[in-house]
Amino acid sequence: MRAFVSFCFACLALFVVPAHAAGWDIDQLMQRLAANGAGRVHFTETRHLVLLDQPLVISGELVYVPPNRLERHSQTPVVETMIFDGSQLILTREGKTHTLSVRDYPAAGALIGAIRATLAGERHTLERDYALSLSGARAQWKLSLLPSDPALAQIVLRIQVSGSDGRIERIDILQADGDRSELRIDAPAPDTAAK
Amino acid sequence: MSWRRRSGAFLLWLALLGVLAAIAARTTFTTDMSVFLPDSPDVGHQLLVDQLKNGMASRLFLVGIEGGKSTESAAVSRQMAATLRADARFAEVNNGASVHFEADRKLLFEHRYALSPKVDAARFEVEGLRAALQETVDLLASSAGLFAKPLVTRDPSGEMMALLAGLNRAGPTLTEGVWMSQGGSTALLLALTRAGGDDLDAQEAALEAIRAAFSAALPADSASLLRLEVSGPGVFAVHSRETIKSEVSRIAAAGTVIIVVLLLLVFRSVSVLLLGLVPVITGALAGVASVSLGFGVVHGLTLGFGTTLIGEAVDYALYLLIQRGSASTVPSRFWSTIMLGLLTSGCGFVALFASDFPGLSQLGLYSLVGLITAVLITRYLLPALLPAGFRIRDLRPLGERLARLVAASARWRLLVPVLALASLAYLVTRTEPVWQHELLALSPVSKADVLLDQRLRHDLAAPDTRYLVLLQGTDIEHVLARAETLSPVLDRLEAEGKISGWDSPARYLPSVATQQRRLQSLPARDELARRLALAAHGLPLAADKLTPFLDEVEAARTQAPLTPAALAGTSLAMAVEAMLLTTDHGVFALLPLSTPATGEAEVDASAVNQALDAWKREHDRDDGGAAIFLDIKTASDSLYLGYLNEILKLTTISIAIIALLLSCLLRSPLKMLRIVAPLSASVLVVLAALILCGQHLILLHLVGLLLIVAVGSNYTLFFNRDDGPIAPHTYASLLFANLTTVAGYGMLAFSSVPVLQAIGMTVAPGTILALVFSAMLYRQTKTRP
Repeated sequence: MRAFVSFCFACLALFVVPAHAAGWDIDQLMQRLAANGAGRVHFTETRHLVLLDQPLVISGELVYVPPNRLERHSQTPVVETMIFDGSQLILTREGKTHTLSVRDYPAAGALIGAIRATLAGERHTLERDYALSLSGARAQWKLSLLPSDPALAQIVLRIQVSGSDGRIERIDILQADGDRSELRIDAPAPDTAAK
Repeated sequence: MSWRRRSGAFLLWLALLGVLAAIAARTTFTTDMSVFLPDSPDVGHQLLVDQLKNGMASRLFLVGIEGGKSTESAAVSRQMAATLRADARFAEVNNGASVHFEADRKLLFEHRYALSPKVDAARFEVEGLRAALQETVDLLASSAGLFAKPLVTRDPSGEMMALLAGLNRAGPTLTEGVWMSQGGSTALLLALTRAGGDDLDAQEAALEAIRAAFSAALPADSASLLRLEVSGPGVFAVHSRETIKSEVSRIAAAGTVIIVVLLLLVFRSVSVLLLGLVPVITGALAGVASVSLGFGVVHGLTLGFGTTLIGEAVDYALYLLIQRGSASTVPSRFWSTIMLGLLTSGCGFVALFASDFPGLSQLGLYSLVGLITAVLITRYLLPALLPAGFRIRDLRPLGERLARLVAASARWRLLVPVLALASLAYLVTRTEPVWQHELLALSPVSKADVLLDQRLRHDLAAPDTRYLVLLQGTDIEHVLARAETLSPVLDRLEAEGKISGWDSPARYLPSVATQQRRLQSLPARDELARRLALAAHGLPLAADKLTPFLDEVEAARTQAPLTPAALAGTSLAMAVEAMLLTTDHGVFALLPLSTPATGEAEVDASAVNQALDAWKREHDRDDGGAAIFLDIKTASDSLYLGYLNEILKLTTISIAIIALLLSCLLRSPLKMLRIVAPLSASVLVVLAALILCGQHLILLHLVGLLLIVAVGSNYTLFFNRDDGPIAPHTYASLLFANLTTVAGYGMLAFSSVPVLQAIGMTVAPGTILALVFSAMLYRQTKTRP
């Protein structure tokens, strides 16, 4: 019961805006993000692939368990689960599970790792692979990640994370081959936040 | 006795000793526990034994690096893996890091149309293509899309993804890029030796190499807390050898010291002691020489068992020396009693010799030859070696005290039938299982080693090699083809939940026929282009972006099939190598089946057998060769049970022969009863006591019971000689004979080798009881009408 209550508080903390904060820079953003606890939110992703004539729309739930675990449960068009725990990707699709080591796919690791590090508010980790720049104000900000590693730049051109105070609302990824995706994160409904 | 005759006898003995020592010196010794496995002519059983001795499971080392932070243990794991991979003694080293990643992917991608089980004519029809394209679009929408994307234009039907999915095997979790125990910081590593599991020197060297690689990989600067844990059959075998070596020498030394001290106490003369040891040494050497000649090798356990022979063989010398040293004449019946005793003991050992256990057979031959030699030396050489006017310390006072004790013990004689009947009642009514049914019970592996092995196996999710389907074939192509027709059967078993998974060499290397069939099912370029245009209609994936696909399929149509040699340098080569076995009886495919995920459940053998039988009837009619489901544990346990039954039969037969022999020679049912009563009482009481103490009996206990009868009959025969009352010095010699026997067997009881321990703890108390019971019943049987 205690664990449940503290989990509820943690989830609430993720989405509550403190009123007393003043000024706005990357460190503050990172502190706000780092202060977020575990959370579960609904997402909609639109992928525009050069290869395809129409965009792909994927929706489902994202679960974040600080500091290392990121889960993506897609519901449409295909039910599947991806779990990223910092060193490996576990994909579950059509009843089959595949485990991929990030070491074997460094570029994919850096991409997913960037999302995880943003959620965790780990500025130091982010700056290992990306140059950061923040624009906007606390109520509506935009964080740009530009790859500083040439190998990574072969894969991804830019990642843009935008949000309001401690909440991330949208992630845009532009890949080097022209493919791009936008991930919209819905504000959590009170009942899903408490789940 | 003339000096000339004495020196002649001595020289003769020296010559004999020289010959025996020369043979013994050329002997090879072994500690391979598989001598306690069957020497079976059955192909299935032979393969099973081969598997136990040399199969992949027997060549696997399980390694854990623990006690530090996960970053430290991961670094050591990587360093160790690199060192061991460079070591030619290891066929495979795996710590979870993908070493062959690039080579694997290149090979799979280049041969995807020959390897993918999804490739057939229907897949490249419009409908098939459409389904495959739709799947690819779905894949692009998935989290794996990032990985699939670069290959889509060349492989839009997703053969590569299908292949990767089929080959992906569950392993331990990866932390820091290497296998790590669940939630812990133990880095895990598997190492497969090239040498067979029965090559103990190679296994020991491999174990040393692993330890050295660990020491070298430890960070030099810091005092690291990291520990190395190694387990596996090789470790067990090496430890067993060390245990047997050290125990055998320890037991032999301690037994010898006890007997020497005992003899010195009795005779108080070094020269008499040396004379007493003459038959023992000769007998032991003759035993080793005969086993060496008969079997080619001598097992360490045979030598350990030989200690007990010291205790028995010295008895004859004791009888003679006490007899000759105490009385002026040897009673006429003395030698006939000894010979009768030898005959009954011999019956027991003949039974062992006749068994199918090379191990027991050795023990039987060793003891038989050793005892006969000792008796012959005692009878014909030892008297000649004795100095004129040979006298020992006067044992009459001791003998008289013993005689009074025996007389007094007669008052308690009712205790013998009471104890025997109580034991019998207990044995008949007890409900708990008496016999140990597992072959493992014979293994001298310590409990701690077993626990470590279980833990590492669990952490590693190590391949469960307990269940196998064995397919026989004339060559690799044949056996792969058979394995392919079996795969739908195994898939069905998996779908029904009878097994949780299976593997097959054909999964990594399909037969040439299958590869060719797949490649031939690919349509020509123009036709494929036409179908692709139709299939892609209405899908977001436009056909005109897929020209590379058309080119690659066209190239694949004329591709040569993949051969075993082409797999070299990939992890597929190892998988195939591990599952294919070339033997004198042809090529075998070993298809491991895994148990339902919990690890507790067992594979339903009857379901698998039924499926195999149905498959043989339907698909495999014309094919020669075996197709066997093998549960290694059940099979080896049933093998062991077969042995147990055999030994039970042999023991019964030999006891019957001993009884028959006695009844022929004694020609009196009453005398028979006097001899049989104390022996059966001892056997019953010992058996009941062992079970009461919670011992699960192994077949060596049974052998021990046989030895109680064999050794104990010597005592009862002395108590039942009909040449007047027993002389006091006979009591003394019986007591000393029993003490030396107990010293010999008693040392075995403290051994940590179960095989030796079982014999020791049965025979030592059993022979004491046989002597005491004989004494208690002595007066009573004499006075009975």
